[in-house]
Amino acid sequence: MLGLNKKDTRFLLIVIALTLLTPIILQPFPEGSSLAQFNAGYPDLMQRFAIFGIFAIGFNILFGLTGYLSFGHAAFLGVGSYTVVWMYKLLDYNVIWGLPLAIITSGLFALLIGFVSLRRSGIYFSILTLAFAQMSYNLAYSVLTPITNGETGLQVYTDDVQILMGANEPQSPHFFGIVMRENFWVADIGAWEFTFNNGYYFSAVIAILAFYLSLRIFRSPFGLMLRAIKTNQTRLNYTGLNARPYTLAAFVISGMYAGLAGGLLAAMDPLAGAERMQWTASGEVVLMTILGGLGTMMGPVLGAGFIKYFENIFSKINEQVLRQWFGFLPDGLEGAVVWVAEYFVGSGWHLTSGLLFMLVVIFLPGGLVEGGQKLAGLFKRGKSDEDIDDPEHQPKQSPHVAE
Amino acid sequence: MDAILLQILNGLDKGSAYALIALGLTLIFGTLGVVNFAHGALFMIGAFCAVSLQRLLSLSFETVDPTRTDFLGNPLKVKTPYIESWFGPETGAAIIDWSVPLAILFSIPIMLLVGFIMERGLIKHFYKRPHADQILVTFGLAIVLQELVKHWFGANPIQTGAPEAFKGSFDFGVLLGFDPNLIIYPYWRMVYFGFAAVIVAAVFAFLQFTTFGMVVRAGMADRETVGLLGINIDKRFTIMFGLAAAVAGLAGVMYAPINSPNYHMGMDFLVLSFVVVVVGGMGSLPGAVLAGFMLGILESFASMNWIKSMIPGIDQIIIYLVAIAILLTRPRGLMGRKGVMED
Amino acid sequence: MGLLEVKGVGKRFGGLQALGNVNLSVQENSVHAIIGPNGAGKSTLLNCFVGKLIPDEGSVLFNGQSVLGRTPHEINQMGISRVFQTPEIFGDLDVMENMMIPCFAKRDGAFRMHAFEGVENEKELVEKAEQMLIDVNMIDKRHMNAASMSRGDKRRLEMAMCLVQDPKLLLLDEPTAGMARADTNNTIDLLKEINEKRDITMAIIEHDMHVVFSLAERITVLAQGTPLVEDTPENIKGHPKVQEAYLGEAH
Repeated sequence: MLGLNKKDTRFLLIVIALTLLTPIILQPFPEGSSLAQFNAGYPDLMQRFAIFGIFAIGFNILFGLTGYLSFGHAAFLGVGSYTVVWMYKLLDYNVIWGLPLAIITSGLFALLIGFVSLRRSGIYFSILTLAFAQMSYNLAYSVLTPITNGETGLQVYTDDVQILMGANEPQSPHFFGIVMRENFWVADIGAWEFTFNNGYYFSAVIAILAFYLSLRIFRSPFGLMLRAIKTNQTRLNYTGLNARPYTLAAFVISGMYAGLAGGLLAAMDPLAGAERMQWTASGEVVLMTILGGLGTMMGPVLGAGFIKYFENIFSKINEQVLRQWFGFLPDGLEGAVVWVAEYFVGSGWHLTSGLLFMLVVIFLPGGLVEGGQKLAGLFKRGKSDEDIDDPEHQPKQSPHVAE
Repeated sequence: MDAILLQILNGLDKGSAYALIALGLTLIFGTLGVVNFAHGALFMIGAFCAVSLQRLLSLSFETVDPTRTDFLGNPLKVKTPYIESWFGPETGAAIIDWSVPLAILFSIPIMLLVGFIMERGLIKHFYKRPHADQILVTFGLAIVLQELVKHWFGANPIQTGAPEAFKGSFDFGVLLGFDPNLIIYPYWRMVYFGFAAVIVAAVFAFLQFTTFGMVVRAGMADRETVGLLGINIDKRFTIMFGLAAAVAGLAGVMYAPINSPNYHMGMDFLVLSFVVVVVGGMGSLPGAVLAGFMLGILESFASMNWIKSMIPGIDQIIIYLVAIAILLTRPRGLMGRKGVMED
Repeated sequence: MGLLEVKGVGKRFGGLQALGNVNLSVQENSVHAIIGPNGAGKSTLLNCFVGKLIPDEGSVLFNGQSVLGRTPHEINQMGISRVFQTPEIFGDLDVMENMMIPCFAKRDGAFRMHAFEGVENEKELVEKAEQMLIDVNMIDKRHMNAASMSRGDKRRLEMAMCLVQDPKLLLLDEPTAGMARADTNNTIDLLKEINEKRDITMAIIEHDMHVVFSLAERITVLAQGTPLVEDTPENIKGHPKVQEAYLGEAH
């Protein structure tokens, strides 16, 4: 189906089902219970899952397949956001204008940066992309202020032209009248509350499309060439293939994914700021990808979800919550545990993510997917290989990063 | 003419910082073959050594001065630093005033220790891993260090003054026959430049004239052969890393009065220092120093008003533009050697 | 005129004259061996054929067209495939994927954006690759990870990857280096078969005289960067200059 083999089709269907049911799956605890704080079925958070999932899926096409480590992809995210907000300002709040344009502008931007950066490989490539991204960030804060509105960030003002704005049109981002921030159904079932949000489903459908496209790319001759680039460029050249257009294409595609993700961020919340382009933001998508599992289909999505979920949970926890949790401990011990734990929660989330970054690189280079497979392998030993439903079989034990 | 001179001077202090960080980065590259994204964090830790020492020295106890009252009529509480009570008010105050230079002594053992721990505990295990892994793990470490500092010292920049004696400015213009107040340059920046020059000279002398340095240089030229000679390269690597950490740390200590230390200064300088290393030529020590000063001065020229009015925003991006141009035309940088970090 | 015509090729590295005035002609459908002591410039010469090095002087014509200044992938597309001294294969991929890449390169050229069709749906190429694997006796290893194979298998895979492209000229850089005697003999048989059945011209650099004399129809002896003599194996065996320069030293 859809040009996929049976296994991939089943895999895709599972992903679709999970994505569509996310508002239910992520809300396992009844409202008001002490565990309700671990629920993640809020529109805002779920939107971020989908959007950063797209970002990471795209990044994986570059880093996961070709092994070219870019530290500048946040720049494309920013370009996407700015494009969409500008379309709000000039035309109207319908995202149909901005999103395709965001893909195009970020793609062109990626073509330019990629063309130059890909003249070099290995660490030089990483530094070049980093330099470009920092340059864009600095420019967004300074000279480009007329376009980016500098530190304030770009937003829609009442005196903007909005030439297509109709009389009854919603005053916030929408898709032909479907307002992103509105919920189409809030279901109260017993003690549970499930929120079905327009914006989430809009992003989710796009995320599924993005995932499907990347699945096709993974299984295509093009994807095969990208993986070949990662493992042996010498052989590739002597096999009559030119690596540069392939890597450039991968770079541009991943840039377009990033632009789309950035556009969607602005579609959920009509704002765009330069901080989205900072290199720490580029670092975040690298973390998502390697945490989930570099070069695997599902890894980046898992990684993005994992990071955004724990970012949300950890940021909410404060001293009070900690005291409540560890209240059962003797006083002195409680104090010590809370004191240590405080480093990692609240605004300490960045510390946790940095630590996570190190731990994954050191102990789990294959990411969550590989970790899961190892665990599954322990249980499933004895069963024949055919039986194991494992859509992650694609790149076989490749070392997780190449230069 | 005077404007050009002024810009060169202005570029020197930033250039010095770039040069010192890039020097350490290059030492680590060349000898250990490791791409260290946490090097900026070492610079930041150095700066916070200065902050810590100043705070430590200013630790005070409270006494009640019965002869004076505050505006409510209560006896006035006076804070006296312990140092002043131990050494007498004048010596004590002088020690506090000189806390930044004193922090040099204070920071050397700390930086060496941090460097040793980093190398033994983490970096060592990444010698044989791909560069991308090294980048990632040190990037993670940089975040951790930066966040720890943020946790302890807060997010705001902390003013750390230079000794009173260096607070003024020197009028270079008069010295060179220009009108007064045309080319003035803060004393501390002169000190910084001199300090950087001394450190650079010391590192080069160390590499040039000691047996240890000779082995290190041989190792930079050809790691395998040196390994074959049976020289215990491991121990030397650890020491080199500590040394590079100390250089970055010292650069940070002395930079504290120029730019109030904040937790993200490491990241800010790291990106630029990497660019410096690339421009200088991966693995070339003179290249790193040269490119550091060159780019510092270039940046300072680009921030001149008439240039900015000609090409808006050029001061923000000049370094990156130069780096891109150099990487594309001279892939090995200004003084890079063949085969360093090439595929 | 030969398939590969080398005229007056010279190459210097700094002060070192690596190649000087090399003339050589590889006839169509023949097996041409280039032998010589270590440092004679054999590999340098080979690198001049495939675009890795550009000679300072002289010309290299393949099928009447100059290869100088072209990149390795362009030269491959002209019909020259190369087997390396240490097998260069795609270690992270499995054997079948390794085979598919040259198939695509042959059909689609140096670059083609072919991002939405599944690799496995390319029935014709899959068949071609499988047939090649059958020919080299590796079909049972098609799902094996290439890096995990023995050195001999890697070598065979590399050769199969070159052959599946139906090159006009196959360059082999010490194809039996480090192989056991039995493997060497297998390789000799395989190469003979390829040459006879597929009409593929071969230029081979080899140290092992056994291999050279069982395969080659013409032999060029290289010493200090210049060809000493070019002749048939029979004549080379008895040639006094060769004995002196090479065989005497090697044996």
